Amino acid sequence: MKALVTVMPKPSVLDPQGAAAAEAMRHHGMEKVGRVRIGKVIEIELPGGADEKLLHEISRDLLSNPVIEDYELKLLK
Amino acid sequence: MKFAVLRFPGSNCDQDCIHALNAIPGASADYVWHKDTSLAGFDAVVVPGGFSYGDYLRCGAIARFSPVMKSVREFANAGGPVIGICNGFQILCESGLLPGALVRNRGLHFVCEHVNLRVEQHDSRFTNAAWTGQILNIPIAHGEGCYFADDETLERLRINGQVLLRYCDGQGRAADEANPNGSRENIAGIRNEAGNVFGLMPHPERACDPLLGSTDGLHIFKSILNKYEG
Repeated sequence: MKALVTVMPKPSVLDPQGAAAAEAMRHHGMEKVGRVRIGKVIEIELPGGADEKLLHEISRDLLSNPVIEDYELKLLK
Repeated sequence: MKFAVLRFPGSNCDQDCIHALNAIPGASADYVWHKDTSLAGFDAVVVPGGFSYGDYLRCGAIARFSPVMKSVREFANAGGPVIGICNGFQILCESGLLPGALVRNRGLHFVCEHVNLRVEQHDSRFTNAAWTGQILNIPIAHGEGCYFADDETLERLRINGQVLLRYCDGQGRAADEANPNGSRENIAGIRNEAGNVFGLMPHPERACDPLLGSTDGLHIFKSILNKYEG
C-alpha cells in the first residue's frame, strides 16, 4: 500500500516559482496560460498498512505547513 | 549573561554568533548540540542561521523536531529570551513560537547584501538599545526570507507592536524597492506576543565588528543584555 500526499501553496501565498514557470510556458508558445502553482508530491510506501489518522497528522504537522500550504492525502492499493 | 547557541546539522552561523557574543562585555556564549535537552545555566538562546537538515522539506521543518527544541519551547514559555536569526527565524516559525512563515524570495534568487532596517519599536527586549526610527545596516543572506502571514495575523502584529524591524531605504522609508525578498509589509523581524521571542532574517552577528563594515548588529545583542522591564 502507498500514500500520496500532495502539498500545494495556498492561493494567497506568493508562488514565484509558479510565476516563472508560467512565463517560460508563454515563451514556449502557450500564450493563454493561466496561473501556475508549484507544489510537491510525497510518495510513502506503507508495507504495514495505513494508519489514516496518523498519516493526516504527519501530513499536517510535518509534510506541510498549514500557514502557507494545503495538503491532500490519497491512499493507493 | 550566558547565551546558548544551538547547533543543528547544517547550522553555519553558529561560530559567528559565538565569536560576536564573546566579544561583548558582559556576555559569554557556548554551543548546545541539537540532541542535548538541557538549557540549564543559560540566560538566553540563539537559534543561528544556516541550512539545518539541508533545508529539506521546508526550511526549519525538520530542525523543529530536534530534541533541543522541546527545551527551547519550555525556556520560551518560562519567559527566557530566544532570538532566531535567518534559518533560526524559520525554525521558530515552523515551531509555532512565532507567527507566520518564510517562503521563497519574490525574485527567486538567493540574496546576499547589506540592507537598511528601520527599528519600528525600541520598547522591546531586543531593540531597547536602539531608538524607534533608527536605521540599522545589517547584511542578509537567504533564499527563503519572504515573510508571509495572513491579513488577520498581520493586523495583530501591527496592533501589538510586534514588528520590530522593516526593510527600508536610506531615508527610512519602507518602500517596495527596498524590499529584498517580497516580505509582506517589508517585515524583517518580529517578536512574539509575550515579547521574549524574536526572529529576524538579517544577520546581526555579521555586523558586530568595524572590519565587517558595520557594528549595527550590536544594538540587537546589547538590547538583550540590558535590563528590560517591559
